[in-house]
This record gives sequence, C-alpha cells and structure tokens, in this order.
Amino acid sequence: MAFDKMELREIEVWDGNFAAAQALRQAQVDVVAAYPITPSTPIVEGYAQFTADGYVEGEFVMVESEHAAMSACIGAAAAGGRVATATSSQGLALMSETLYQASGMRLPVVLNLVNRALAAPLNVNGDHSDMYMIRDSGWVQFDAFCPQEVYDLNLIAFRVSEDHGVRLPAIVNQDGFMTSHTAQGVKPLSDDAAYAFVGQYKPMNDMLDFEHPVTHGVQTEEDWHFEHKARQHNDLMTKVMPKIESVFAEFAQLTGRKYTPVEKYDMDDADVCVVCLGTSVETAREVAKEMRAQGIKAGVVGLRVIRPFPFFQIADALKGVKAIATLDRSSPNGAAGMLFNEVAGALFNTDTKALLSGYIYGLGGRDLTKAHLVALFKELQANVDAGKVTTQLQQFIGVRGPKLAFL
Amino acid sequence: MLEIRWHSRAGQGAVTGAKGLADVISTTGKQVQAFAFYGSAKRGAAMTAYNRVDDKVIMNHEKYMEPDYVFVIDPALAITTDVTINHKDSTKYIITTHMTTEELKKAQPKLDGKEVYTVDCITIANETIGRAIPNTPMLGAFMKISGMYDIEFFKESMKRVLGKLPQKIIDANMLAIQRAYDEVK
Repeated sequence: MAFDKMELREIEVWDGNFAAAQALRQAQVDVVAAYPITPSTPIVEGYAQFTADGYVEGEFVMVESEHAAMSACIGAAAAGGRVATATSSQGLALMSETLYQASGMRLPVVLNLVNRALAAPLNVNGDHSDMYMIRDSGWVQFDAFCPQEVYDLNLIAFRVSEDHGVRLPAIVNQDGFMTSHTAQGVKPLSDDAAYAFVGQYKPMNDMLDFEHPVTHGVQTEEDWHFEHKARQHNDLMTKVMPKIESVFAEFAQLTGRKYTPVEKYDMDDADVCVVCLGTSVETAREVAKEMRAQGIKAGVVGLRVIRPFPFFQIADALKGVKAIATLDRSSPNGAAGMLFNEVAGALFNTDTKALLSGYIYGLGGRDLTKAHLVALFKELQANVDAGKVTTQLQQFIGVRGPKLAFL
Repeated sequence: MLEIRWHSRAGQGAVTGAKGLADVISTTGKQVQAFAFYGSAKRGAAMTAYNRVDDKVIMNHEKYMEPDYVFVIDPALAITTDVTINHKDSTKYIITTHMTTEELKKAQPKLDGKEVYTVDCITIANETIGRAIPNTPMLGAFMKISGMYDIEFFKESMKRVLGKLPQKIIDANMLAIQRAYDEVK
C-alpha cells in the first residue's frame, strides 16, 4: 500500500476533533472537501496533515465555501469514492441546500458536525441549533457524548452510510468544545483492525464506471418526485435502523463497546428521568447516581441515533417512568422543543401516565452545571409526589434575569 | 477526583500544558479530562484551562469547577483577575511571578491566608527555551508541590509528549521543568 501506518497506544489522550480525524485516516477516506470553521476545523486539518504526511492515500480539496465543500463531496461520492467532511453552525447553514442533494441522490458521505450555536448574535460555542436545523434533511444522524464515541461512531457511520441497502449520508454529532476540544482517554483500534471493520469501499452506480453509464442529479416533477421521496423515507423507516443495530453488534464484538439507538442509564426502576443529547447525557448520568443516594430514583435516556428517530425504542425506554424531562439545547423560537415534541409523539397512544415537561438550556455554550440537574431532578420528583406537573411545561434554566417559563 | 484550573493568556501554552499533563497521567492508569474556555481566542487574551483526574471514567462535563490546584502562568493575571474564584479552603496556588510569595500576597490581598507557592516560570522559560512559554516549567513546579510523580519519570514522559519537537527544544524543556521543580517556593 502507498501509505504509512501509525502505531497507536492502547489509550490515547485525544479530543473529539482529533478522534474524528484519526477515524477518517484509518477509514482511508479518498476525498475530504472542506471549508474550515470553528470548532470543527481540527478534523479536516488533521486529515490534511495525515494526507500530506503520507498516512492516507486520499485527497484534500480546498474549496471556497461550505456550499462548495458539500458539492465537491457529492461529486466525489457520485464518482465512486469514500468521502467525508466536517463543519459547524454557519457552515452547516450554508451547506444545507446541498445536504438535501446528497441524501436525495442516495450518496454515502460522512459529515462530522461539531455542534455550535447559530448567529445572531455570533457565538462559536456549543449548542444543538445546527443539529436541529437540518434534522429533516434525510441524513442518518448519530450523536456522540464524548471523544471515544466520536471515534467509534465515525467508523460505524461509514459502514451504515455505504451499505448498498442504505446508501444515505450520515452525520456524527459532537458538542462543540465540550467534546471537540476536550481531551480524554480514547481506546483506538489498530489501523488494520479499524480498516478491516470499515471495509473496502464498494461502489454502486458510480459515474466513473464507464461500462455501466448512469445519470445522477435528475429532475422529477409531480410525476415521480413523490415516489423518490417516499422511497427514501421508507428506507429510513425500515432499512436503516436494522443496519445500524447489526453494525453496533459487530462493533461490540470487536471492541466490547456496546451502543444502542436509545441509551438507557439507571432506567430499570427509575421514577424520574431526563432525555437529552451530547455531553449533557454523561453529566446527567453522574447526577442521577448522586440523586439515588438522596432517595430519588433517577435515570437518564440519551439518543444515540437521532435520525431515523427511534420512535418505539424511546417509548419502551420511558414506559415505567413517572416523570420525564426533555432537555433541548436549542431555542425552539416559538414552539415546545424538538425533544419535547418527539418524546410526546412517541408516548401518545401508549399506556404511559408519565408527566412530561421540557427544559431549554445551554444556548451558546452556557454551562449545564450539576447543580442545575440536581434542582431539575428534585422538580421532577415534586411532580411525581403531586401527581401533576407543578411547573409550566417549558422552562429555561441557566439564563440570567427573571425566570422564563411558558406553556 | 483531582481538579486543576490554569490561568493563562492565549498563546502561552496552557491548553498544551493541560493536555500534556493529562497525557502523562493517563499512562499511569488514571482517567483524565483536559479542556479550556477559549472565549474570543485572541492571542494575549486572558483564558482558563482545566484538568480533571480520577480513578473512574470522568462523566462530568460541567465547566464549573472548585479546583484543588490553581496554576497561574502569566504574572499579571494574579493581579488583574480573580484567580481565587470558586475556591475551596484546601485550594493550592502555584503562581508565576518574579515576586516572593509574601510580596505577591501584599500585591494581591485575595491570596492572603491561602496556600500559595511561587516560581518565575517566565524567566525560567526565557533562559532555557528562549521564549516566554511558561507551561512546562509550571508542570515541574506542580510535581514538586503535589509529589504526584517522581521528577525523572515525569521528564521521561514529557519527552514522549513533546516528541515531535526538535531535540534541542525538548532538552530545553527538560531543563525548564527541572529548574521550576528546584526553584518553586
């Protein structure tokens, strides 16, 4: 092979960005087209460095915008290569038109989305506004809670995205700064083991296969457009989750690290629980354990897979709970909140009598402290004791000024 | 859980120092976390970096911290900012300054009654590395005050962490670490 391998230690101390860059190197991505943006920059910088240093047989394409970055990724994927990139916030916003092209054209691309607030006001720190903005764009979406999971989910994302029964692009989310720039112990696979897991890229309808000419990027009006979109949705609803679960199982066999579309912590006998994303899942796990010492049976549910939405799995995870809080790290700007709505939708028509309330927190990187979560779990227990939601259904936490609550 | 807060200016190497320390500690079987508040991330702007160390996997991602140690690697920050914020009674301070500990406490009354150690990491870095990068000497001083690891083990570990730098820079850093270890009071 025309590239060097890298000797890695059993435990490396990597931040989320470097963990992603290493996964892209080990997957031997053919093309990364990128326009760097904080806090995702070190991912594509890392791939470019590895390529320049002879650790990857691939190509880094510098482009003039994020719109061009994803356009070049689409071209490279249609040509028949393994493709990845990274972006955040405003970059994703500019990219959003082309995200729908990638999924509609059924092209496998892995996008590392390092979650960051959306302007205005300008802010480089972590929240989930960008993740929420493109959640219906037809991409498979994974969520990592720490650097180890960023590494693991990147390898997993290629397997799912490139599968010939799936052929849909995939996003791996991580919290800006809180994961992307936080160094922790990461157990990597060897280069050979990682590449063996991801596997050699298997082209499908590739444009560079001149023996089998194909058309990409077609126009369909009312005669066929709906059928294309319906089939794409059908595959997301029926084919993607089984594939994800089988790849998760294979990964667990290889590494011992088990993932599930809905991650449950201390949920077997929980009276109260929070449903959240990103690093908050881990902080909440720690607080839930501490609440149990105080006599409150607390649990945590984290979404590992956001799209396709694990509708029945989440209803099952929450079936015995008496009070649930959804934590949305994005301003709903006039609505109840994405997780609130999705969880409410999943629980409606079930036998649950659970009390559901929503919290908006952490915008623009505002700290979610353990003290916030202690107060929140106590509030949920008060709801259980009263047999009703004792607060308004939507509350803001960690924001200065008079308390904000709605609905 | 051991928690450390670094006070630095962007460009002085606090993030590299925090990550380097995490890397060394990780090789001894402990769990580590290193992160920073970048703010607007302009060179010279005041910033803070953080370490957490524990025997079990670190789940806590809150930025709030009541540190066991506070490292100040820019001399002016002990005066112009409150390096005692969110302190505990047991918090120990290692502060870069040309002053003695007593002079510093007079100049910054908030440090009065606190366990403060001083070392001139800026001068040490200038005289050994040739640049005012006070991060590695601070770690030498920390090894002395905490007794965390034998200084020879720590220096050997830092040689690996700094592995990509030219040999003479690595050697200069080893001198800087040893000098701070010897000179911190």
